[in-house]
Amino acid sequence: MLEIRIHGRGGQGNVMAAYLLASAAIDEGREAQAFPAFGAERRGAPVTAFVRIADRPIRRRCQVLEPHFLIVQDPALLHVPGVTAGLKPGGAILSDGAPEPGFEAQLGCPVVRLPATRLAVEHLGRPVPNTALMAAFLTLTGILPVEALIRALGPRFKGDVLARNERLIEAAAGQVEAGLWQEAVNAARA
Amino acid sequence: MRLALEGSQALARAVALCRPQVVAAYPITPQTHIVENIAKLVADGRLDCDFVSVESEHSAASVALGAACAGSRAYTASSSQGILLMSEVLFDISGLRVPVVMTCANRAVSGPLSIWNDHQDAMALRDSGWIQLYCADNQEAIDTTVQAFRIAESLELPVMVCVDGFALTHTLEGLTLPSQEQVDAFLPAYAFSRGLDSSQPISIGTLVSPDHFTEVRASHHNALLEALVEIPAVDALWQQMSGRGCGGLVEVRGDPEARVGILTLGSVLGTLEDAMDEYPDAPRARLIKLRAFRPFPVEALRQACAGLEALIVFERAFSPGGGGIVAAEVQAALYGHAMPRVLSYAAGLGGRDIGLDAYPRLMQALEAGGEGFRFFDLKPDALPEGGF
Repeated sequence: MLEIRIHGRGGQGNVMAAYLLASAAIDEGREAQAFPAFGAERRGAPVTAFVRIADRPIRRRCQVLEPHFLIVQDPALLHVPGVTAGLKPGGAILSDGAPEPGFEAQLGCPVVRLPATRLAVEHLGRPVPNTALMAAFLTLTGILPVEALIRALGPRFKGDVLARNERLIEAAAGQVEAGLWQEAVNAARA
Repeated sequence: MRLALEGSQALARAVALCRPQVVAAYPITPQTHIVENIAKLVADGRLDCDFVSVESEHSAASVALGAACAGSRAYTASSSQGILLMSEVLFDISGLRVPVVMTCANRAVSGPLSIWNDHQDAMALRDSGWIQLYCADNQEAIDTTVQAFRIAESLELPVMVCVDGFALTHTLEGLTLPSQEQVDAFLPAYAFSRGLDSSQPISIGTLVSPDHFTEVRASHHNALLEALVEIPAVDALWQQMSGRGCGGLVEVRGDPEARVGILTLGSVLGTLEDAMDEYPDAPRARLIKLRAFRPFPVEALRQACAGLEALIVFERAFSPGGGGIVAAEVQAALYGHAMPRVLSYAAGLGGRDIGLDAYPRLMQALEAGGEGFRFFDLKPDALPEGGF
């Protein structure tokens, strides 16, 4: 079972990101679960969301305390104590924002950066990094085809907005190395 | 076909499949997405129903009561403070024997304010005369909602379907919705024997003198006891029609032969089931799912607990100054019937996460001996000096 934790702030589409990832997995015939842990219900408050993807039914309802991967939508949160807590050995972090080499070296795990908010502003006109990060995550891990993400967007968006999201997904997927985290995924499945 | 649905979204669609004619609700976290999705189905023309936006939960319950009396299948949903604000009307609905169905998206009760899950809201309504069914997962929540309308209408009793806030309402997973044909074949058209009809006027809920009040209460009690037959019968029928059952009144999972047991209500069951696999070296336990809390299934519970030496009652609520609510009833039910040692836990209060390690911790606590009431995962250092 693969466990993923998403960190962001209210308004960044954290829960939507988790739902999209799990939806894409379910649509591909996998078992998946996604749920949030809300703090205060307001824009800007830290929000955590969890995703589990497996090949057999997922019965547990507890929070993901030891994720294989972290997806961070607001790079400032990387500096907040506790955000990277529990990341499994061999795990990795995908974060929005520009690289911070010195800081990332202290984290002790691979960190991939994607200018997700900038890409979202460019393609959607809105600072919502979630779709771009999900596209990059699927590309890095290879757990699902990127097309599955596009299909999962189908019931949620239409027309021009959907087309813009598709272009955003292509752009984001093209900015990371396909299969870079395949080994970590294999280790998690073993 | 399995669909990727958020629990609340699935519940809204399950309610819509039951063709309610009146839905009245006031939004409250974590119930909001349920009624929001129903409102959308109505607005989109996919559900022919009067959606009544009210100014409070008291009014929501009142509208549901009036609508059900006037001949409409009626539904409402709430949580926490909303359930408490409704409570006056909830006693009316049950006392007048009106078949309303509501979802309680279980949430802690203020104060202090908490939006997160526990069962204190529904437990506060223990004596309201409603049937209470607790759902272990979102598939059960869908299937129990459909069953609830049939149970309610056949016995003229209201049914509260208890669904863990966030843990179920806000979890997206692969779920199967029944077809409209299945639900139509399962639910007869709504009929209420004492429905209001202006051509044959009657009054409902007028003054009842001491000459009759005890009999009114006794017949209500007897109807609830009859539900001990109806709930598993309806579940069995639904299983026949849909291929999915929910375990009737009480369901035994885990190791049915184990001499120690853990009794739970709601969604923590799945965590304990997975934990038994994750901790193969921990002692095996019989996991007992209490689906029906009202009526209280004494006989089914005795059977489920037969042969147990020790039992943990692991519940998401408690009675301050008393102890475990369900635990006390379980002990009363088992008294004189090979009584196991009972440890009563209040767990997961106000949304505190219950992890997989809860299972080995509970098994260790059983081995350590003792009985009585305690808080699970309590941080003694965080208590005031002296403990209070």
